[in-house]
Amino acid sequence: MGFDRFGLKSFVSETKVEDFVTYLQQGKIMTTRCKRCSAITFPPRIDCISCESSEMEWVEIKEAGKLVTFTTLMYGPAGFENQIPYTLGVVQFSQGIKMLGQIDKKIPVEEIRVGMEMKVVPIGLFQNRFTYQFEKA
Amino acid sequence: MERDVAIVGVGQSPFMRKCGISIGELCFLAFKEAKEDINLKNEQIDASIICSATEYDKQRSPAGVVTEYLNLNHRPTFCVESLCSSSSSGLRAAYSLIKSGLHNVVAVIGFQKMSELTSSEAAERMGRSGDVMWESSFGLTMPAVFGMLARAHSATYGTTEEQMAKVRVKNSTYGALNNKAAFRNKVTLEEVMNSRVVVSPLKVLDCCANADGAVVLILASRDIAKRITSKPIWIHGLGASSSPATLARRETYSSIVCTREAAKIAYGMAGIGPEDIDVAEVHDCFTIAEIINYEDLGFAKPGEGVKLLEDRETYLGGKIPVNIDGGLLCKGHPIGATGAGQIRTIVRQLRGECDEMQVKGARIGLVHNMGGPAIYCFVTILGRD
Repeated sequence: MGFDRFGLKSFVSETKVEDFVTYLQQGKIMTTRCKRCSAITFPPRIDCISCESSEMEWVEIKEAGKLVTFTTLMYGPAGFENQIPYTLGVVQFSQGIKMLGQIDKKIPVEEIRVGMEMKVVPIGLFQNRFTYQFEKA
Repeated sequence: MERDVAIVGVGQSPFMRKCGISIGELCFLAFKEAKEDINLKNEQIDASIICSATEYDKQRSPAGVVTEYLNLNHRPTFCVESLCSSSSSGLRAAYSLIKSGLHNVVAVIGFQKMSELTSSEAAERMGRSGDVMWESSFGLTMPAVFGMLARAHSATYGTTEEQMAKVRVKNSTYGALNNKAAFRNKVTLEEVMNSRVVVSPLKVLDCCANADGAVVLILASRDIAKRITSKPIWIHGLGASSSPATLARRETYSSIVCTREAAKIAYGMAGIGPEDIDVAEVHDCFTIAEIINYEDLGFAKPGEGVKLLEDRETYLGGKIPVNIDGGLLCKGHPIGATGAGQIRTIVRQLRGECDEMQVKGARIGLVHNMGGPAIYCFVTILGRD
């Protein structure tokens, strides 16, 4: 089992960054930083986007970020029919990293605002699958 | 500026919710019309480029059957794909084939028969619009991307849902006049505002809908163009760009960077600026997209797109009339045909053939066409001279 344990529904099973899911299972949100030029991205990647070095290291995203934008879906694609309505958002962290994910359903939609402080939290799903969601910081 | 490549023929099938005919038959409607006004035999078409988002086709590799049905064998053909901008990709390839001297006449054939998919097949594809590795696993869809752009534009510039709805009201004014549009009813602000929410803050009438349709463009080199038509429309500028497929890697959500880049290249190649454009077609897959496009194409400053709309400058008779055929919102959106459909509208505007939709004296027109969740962008500038 590899990367196909990521998310409610997965489409990709093979990647050199499948450790991302193992870290999720350990309760950590990790991404990669280049050992040579220090470029950091999310999603993680094994080949540096800036200098093309393949010497990367995993670093943890610990601090809270700010919600940049969000939308609530009233119709879902295949595999998400039972999830609706759900809210997706983009959260900006330091060093220019942004992540897309679902916003905690416990937060009433009318309370969600662009600019609100959010943290990213790993969560376990059914059948040994893992994902993350955004919660109030 | 040298004028080397012209569009000499344009044709379009009606855009329909469900066409009830085969893809070859659908393309034939557009092909026949494209050849109507020009003196051109099939044997003189050196090559064809079939444009389709092929994930919607039952036919594997559709270039074969389409070319056969149009009687374009044994000349070369191939298929290009860039989702909703597939036929702008096709136009770009056709321009290059002619400019390089490899061919003299090339047909760009864009089509989509979206009704071929069952609703469950469509829902499955809808779930793979974004980066499937990192973002589809959250249930991201194409409308959701534009819902997020809408929210970001609101947060940055104070754009309201009512202001977005005004785009649909404008475009429906012209969709009502377009006998090839799938949605010809004129809608009011109240109707848009009262339609049900799909992806907040966007409602049903803020969104374009799937359709079946085909459009054919015939391109020719300078000498041949002048020989076969009295109204060649010249390609002045071609700009193209791409943005990260992963939404989390976009720099901004209140602007579309690939539009700004493609526009810069197209204006540069044509040697003009946004103030020189007489009429434009912009990719209004969602109402908010049209407002953002005004700003990214330089028709308005950032944050002033709404003002341009509310001042009626993008209506017929305004400073820069936009989507005077109803746009994607009213024509419907047969993915592979959409870009060529926009090109067809501008060609007819520059030829002066648009009757009550005609922008008087239009000499230079612009087409803006995006693919997928704003991953690909093409800006094409066409001129009468």
